[in-house]
Amino acid sequence: MKKVGRQSVIFDNVYVKSRAVYVGPKEYAGPLGKYFDGYFQDLYCDSKTWEKAEMNLYKCALEKAIEKAGLVETEVDYIIGGDLNNQIIIGSYVARNYNIPMLGVFSACATSMQGIILGGMIVDGGFGKNCLCMTSSHNATAEKQFRYPTEYGGKKPETATLTVTASGAILLTSEPTSIQITRATVGKVFDPEYDDPLDLGRAMAPSAYLTIKQHFQDFDTTMDEYDLIITGDLSYYGREMLISMFKDDGIDISKKHYDCGLLIYDRESQDVHAGGSGCACCAAVTYSYLLKLLEEGRYNKILVVATGALHNPIISAQNETIPGISHAVVFERRK
Amino acid sequence: MNQKISKVMQETKPKKPILKNALRAFLVGGLICLFGQVLIFLFQKGFNFSKEEASNITVGLLVLIACLLTGFGVYDRIGQFAGAGTIVPITGFANSMASSALESKSEGIIVGIIMNMFKLAGSVIVVGVLSAYILGLIRYLWGLIV
Repeated sequence: MKKVGRQSVIFDNVYVKSRAVYVGPKEYAGPLGKYFDGYFQDLYCDSKTWEKAEMNLYKCALEKAIEKAGLVETEVDYIIGGDLNNQIIIGSYVARNYNIPMLGVFSACATSMQGIILGGMIVDGGFGKNCLCMTSSHNATAEKQFRYPTEYGGKKPETATLTVTASGAILLTSEPTSIQITRATVGKVFDPEYDDPLDLGRAMAPSAYLTIKQHFQDFDTTMDEYDLIITGDLSYYGREMLISMFKDDGIDISKKHYDCGLLIYDRESQDVHAGGSGCACCAAVTYSYLLKLLEEGRYNKILVVATGALHNPIISAQNETIPGISHAVVFERRK
Repeated sequence: MNQKISKVMQETKPKKPILKNALRAFLVGGLICLFGQVLIFLFQKGFNFSKEEASNITVGLLVLIACLLTGFGVYDRIGQFAGAGTIVPITGFANSMASSALESKSEGIIVGIIMNMFKLAGSVIVVGVLSAYILGLIRYLWGLIV
């Protein structure tokens, strides 16, 4: 039995074969710019519309990951992909150009780790050897769908986050490599009964807290086992809240906890309000920067918790709250 | 568990800088109005327009400036600083239409621009017409009584 406790699983043979991240201009200009595989100089990413720009990012990351793995298209058994656009069109439209079976997934900004969990189950279960997990987000497509037109002059509060323009790809395989995926905890949808769409970090923080706690409980462990505890896009205010919740339990996670939304931009100089957010936020930072540190031996074992706010403007307008979901995955260094 | 979470949620709620926002809005909104007043004055004195003509041209000019600033990607930055200061004056109305039009340009002229141009501004028109009707009615009824 590979299921542990109520919500977790153990993987025996799931490794990271390759990974690729393409970003937009603001992400490249940020502190992690040099870790990305490629970038575009403007938000249009050599395309005519925002949606096509996101598709181009997605395509670049997808092809680069396959190329870095030294594989050809037909050796990839599945693409598991998701993004923030309605009907997850970005991934599906890109996949029409490839001879690879596709599974579309969605759990808002927790999609990256959801993909890895499902991909891990496929690889570990022997249903495929190579599984490519994809995700993307684009600042302008997200603004268009969830908020206001990009040039609209409405004021955003300090709790608002900036959707990351990027696409991240990670190729999972059953052949041993230097990074192994060993554990995962599947999150539950949790509704904190909060309804501010311009403060999503705080709407997601409770779900991150519950997933991390459940992870510790399922594996009968504590945070001491991990070198880092990473969350996807809680950003400044969400992180504060997560730390407070653990503090209430007598646990101080502040020294080990980092948030991808705070790592990807320089909040002081880049005018990003509370930090970065979006499907690709967790993917871009984890695949490029954190796994690199793991590979180099700076860390041995990290817990990555992608956090998603299941926000939809239509249901929000019907006076509904914004539930959150968070999925956790453990990456370990293998010598 | 839920109680604990909502407790922490309440405790860590960031405060909104209402006074700072109001001051900025007052300043920038006031400056826009002052600029408009100066224009009206100039059109009246310099070009001998009547007061009504001068204000019409001024409104047109302010709308044009706001649309241009929106197109150049500047207006949203001013808006982030000024808040209500740039949304409430007529420039805000122009910005909401221009930004919606720009945003939906990718879906073509009919399904995109024409259908979406009033996406944000439409609410202002509906509320404007409705409140004008109600106030007009009150004024009419008041006239009957007094």
